[in-house]
Amino acid sequence: MRSRCGVRAAFAIIRINIRAVLASSEPHRRTDLTPSPRTHSMDTAAFAPAQLAVGVAVFWLSIAAASLFESERLRLVNRVLFPAAAAASLALAVIGVRAIAEPAQTLLLPLGLPGLPFHLRLDPLAGFFLFLLGIGAAGISIYAAGYFERETPQRLRLIGLQYHVFLAAMALVVLADDAYLFMVAWESMAIASYFLVTTDHRLAHIRAAGFLYLLIAHVGAIAILLCFGILQGGGGIEEYTFDALRRAELTPFWATIAFVLAFAGFGAKAGMMPLHAWLPEAHPAAPSPVSALMSGIMLKTAIYGMVRVIYDLIGNVTWQWGLTVAITGALTALFGVLYALMQHDLKRLLAYHSVENIGIILIGIGLSMVFLATGHPAAATLGLIAGLYHTLNHAVFKGLLFLGAGSILHSTGLRDLNDMGGLIRRMPATAAYFLVGALAISALPPLNGFVSEWLTFQSALQAVRLSDGVLRSLVPLIAAMLALAGALTAMCFVKVYGIAFLGQRREPRHAPHAGQHSGGDAGVLERLGMGWLALWCLVLGIFPSTVVSLLDRVAVSVMGSGLPQAALDSGWLWLVPVRAEEASYAPLIFLVTVLAVFGLTFAGVRWIWHGRLRRAPPWDCGFPEQSARMQDTADAFGQPIRWIFGPIYRIRTRAPSPEDAQPRFDLKVEDRLWYALYLPIARLVEYVSARVGWLQQGRISIYLLYSFVTLIALLLFVR
Amino acid sequence: MIDAAAIAFQIVQSIFVAATAPLLLGWVNQCRCWLQNRSGPGVLQPYYVLGRLFHKEAVLAENASPLFWATPYILFGCMWLAGGIVPVLATDLPFAPAADIIALVGVFALARVFISLAALDIGTSFGGLGARREMLVGFLAEPAMLMTLFTAAFISGSTQLTTIVESLARREFAIYPSLAFAAVAFLMVLLAENARIPVDNPATHLELTMIHEAMILEYSARHLALIEWASAIKLYAYMTIGLALFVPWGIAQGGNWPALPFALAALALKLVVAGAGLALIETVSAKFRVFRAPEFLSTAFLLAVLGMLIHFLVGQ
Repeated sequence: MRSRCGVRAAFAIIRINIRAVLASSEPHRRTDLTPSPRTHSMDTAAFAPAQLAVGVAVFWLSIAAASLFESERLRLVNRVLFPAAAAASLALAVIGVRAIAEPAQTLLLPLGLPGLPFHLRLDPLAGFFLFLLGIGAAGISIYAAGYFERETPQRLRLIGLQYHVFLAAMALVVLADDAYLFMVAWESMAIASYFLVTTDHRLAHIRAAGFLYLLIAHVGAIAILLCFGILQGGGGIEEYTFDALRRAELTPFWATIAFVLAFAGFGAKAGMMPLHAWLPEAHPAAPSPVSALMSGIMLKTAIYGMVRVIYDLIGNVTWQWGLTVAITGALTALFGVLYALMQHDLKRLLAYHSVENIGIILIGIGLSMVFLATGHPAAATLGLIAGLYHTLNHAVFKGLLFLGAGSILHSTGLRDLNDMGGLIRRMPATAAYFLVGALAISALPPLNGFVSEWLTFQSALQAVRLSDGVLRSLVPLIAAMLALAGALTAMCFVKVYGIAFLGQRREPRHAPHAGQHSGGDAGVLERLGMGWLALWCLVLGIFPSTVVSLLDRVAVSVMGSGLPQAALDSGWLWLVPVRAEEASYAPLIFLVTVLAVFGLTFAGVRWIWHGRLRRAPPWDCGFPEQSARMQDTADAFGQPIRWIFGPIYRIRTRAPSPEDAQPRFDLKVEDRLWYALYLPIARLVEYVSARVGWLQQGRISIYLLYSFVTLIALLLFVR
Repeated sequence: MIDAAAIAFQIVQSIFVAATAPLLLGWVNQCRCWLQNRSGPGVLQPYYVLGRLFHKEAVLAENASPLFWATPYILFGCMWLAGGIVPVLATDLPFAPAADIIALVGVFALARVFISLAALDIGTSFGGLGARREMLVGFLAEPAMLMTLFTAAFISGSTQLTTIVESLARREFAIYPSLAFAAVAFLMVLLAENARIPVDNPATHLELTMIHEAMILEYSARHLALIEWASAIKLYAYMTIGLALFVPWGIAQGGNWPALPFALAALALKLVVAGAGLALIETVSAKFRVFRAPEFLSTAFLLAVLGMLIHFLVGQ
């Protein structure tokens, strides 16, 4: 029986079956949601969205294969393959956004295990994450076409191969509808990204970062696999489809175990505290477009997995789980931003901000679970929408910021903020795009980061509906931590932008090799990529109600309930979470007012009154001998934070004595968790493996004895 | 939803706020002078200062980027928007739904980020010092402000200032313990955010103790005038938010022209008292060292959170 399946799998390659359309079970409240009938049948629509999405993944895989033909003369990867991948990303984004509005579709690929062919499913949740992947990958790929221009063909072959396998694996993670395909795609994603992280594998610290990443990724993958195992509950291999996992009846105890495993497993990939340690090491080690891809999109597949497994597969969410997620999220957010403030390596700083933003996303999702479990579906929808909205926003602005960091690195060879300064004069376009990203991540209106934090606050304010007193007081405290984290983010990005782009040019302490770096602005393709993401920062910030109505459909498909009708009827201009009397926000009015006042005042003051302007040396209170060294450095900017939050850091300083002729100040801020958690575990593992090593005597007779004893023991058991 | 009368009311209020903001500043300064036994320059002095600055020739540092000269206009635009949203004279203005209290805090944060960036732009030591301190004050004051506003939002079940004010104005006069905590926290935030004693000294000439002034040292003429004007509007907006939350009586409905004179009189009375109170606080307290400011503000934050918890415990 099994071998026959295998033969079928080997020979039937192209035939693709569209199986049952599962949408009929989902409630649709509004007429515009009812699916158009043409998508149901194969007759009218030549290709269904699920097929097209798989097609994009296959296209990416073929691009990966084509990368191997790169040569000095062709410049294939830069000129053709990266732009083609960007075009495919755009197509994927369109497919994703169409899938949000349509019922779920399944697809069966005759590959995979005997008895368990690859199941794929494109439902609104998967559609949303494909949209996110498409939007992010489009900008990053076109940027990569410019960024990797000066690479050698040998390196480009590998980068092109791994980059596109990475993209395809992420698409398949989202599309997978059985545990086997999910794990295959998940591990392909981890391995492809591992090789991308270790692109510069000749450097020891990059190899170390890659190893740490691979290690934590696998610990997470084991947890996810165990979670699937619990859900599957010991049936046959056919029981590993997500449909079967959904039907699984678990006792509350086993459901909680499954939740903990899924939360820890996906949390490790997402960079949730305390499993974040790999993130600030691995993301900076990779080339910048890869950092953008990992931070912007790969972390989001973990969020996807969390929502898919916890809401969809495990189901029956309890408020304790929700509170765990929300509190972990709040702590992660605060921890991430506090450590980000201490960094002076730009890419490390951005990586810590990814930790923070994952925390914010988890707050939204956790609140949603609390509300769902306590019977407040509207508030639960709001929380989920807030979390997913922030997922999309973070993909866009963090991608943009990493690309900006990459352009700085390319142009100047600098990564240390303390060596930069005045870049706005040398790289005005990069500076403008980076400013958009910095304002967006600082959650400032009218950009996109603000909208999702606003929605998270609104869902926290739904705490009044809760009847449990403790829960009702804890939720606003989580909101308070979010407010603190948001304000600290603004401080951190004032630091980043002010130190790197503004001020006077500093003399680098570690001067990069001259001649290697242009010192000018980013190239056309790089600018195009950054501009694309910056545009989305603006669009997602100005038209939030359109996005929210899309996300509402995702929430309906995940939880079976959506936002109240009053919220959805408010029109495209007004974002209303529950009722217009409770809260509303109209970013367009906001933007137009500020711009109109800007323009009117500018015109009034400059042209009608007088526009006399004189350029002069900076005043600085009459102090004539300023130098670039008198500016604040990144470390100086973080000094008040070190002073206030001192106990959470592991700080080592070496201050010079007053008599020192050549004073040098050293400061090292490290992660306490590294010393409190990771190193003890590492020591424990070393200890245990040293003990286990005793078994390895190095004599073949002993090993044969082991085999013999094992065989006897097995025979006793199996008989 | 939006009719001409309401829009007219909106424009009247926005212009009114921008026009009278320097007057409030003048009044506070005048009260301070009286309390310090000086005669004072008169309440109109801020207007003269603005007029003089607008007439001067602007001097820009050689290495100033476009961000530097754009910031005063952005700041002014943000404050103008804030002045249009806060129910100064009337609730239910057409602009009010565009931004609720969270968005209002966002507007102030946007202004703060831009002024701090501008301070870092020239690359002087005082600019960096001011920006760092401003963000230090900001990251503590902003959550405290949000928590204060959340307390009011929980009481009225809305984050819309219009709804908050209407529901708070309708209630019978009783002391809400949660609102009392929130009021104290709000006052502390107001002092910090508007660069008043004990956090910052608006009249200081000692560069090393400056926060707000250190950031704008490189500005001159029309740019400085716009910043000063925006600061005046910010003080005005904060005071009227406080009045709207804690003494909301007398505010008219949007488009209700007959109620306007009464609303104006009520506002004038409240601002005269509040301005004198602010001057009194500034006179009887001394400026903190910069590193005492975080303690001051974390107290405000904790008070605000306590107020919110008390609301849930007591149910009021």
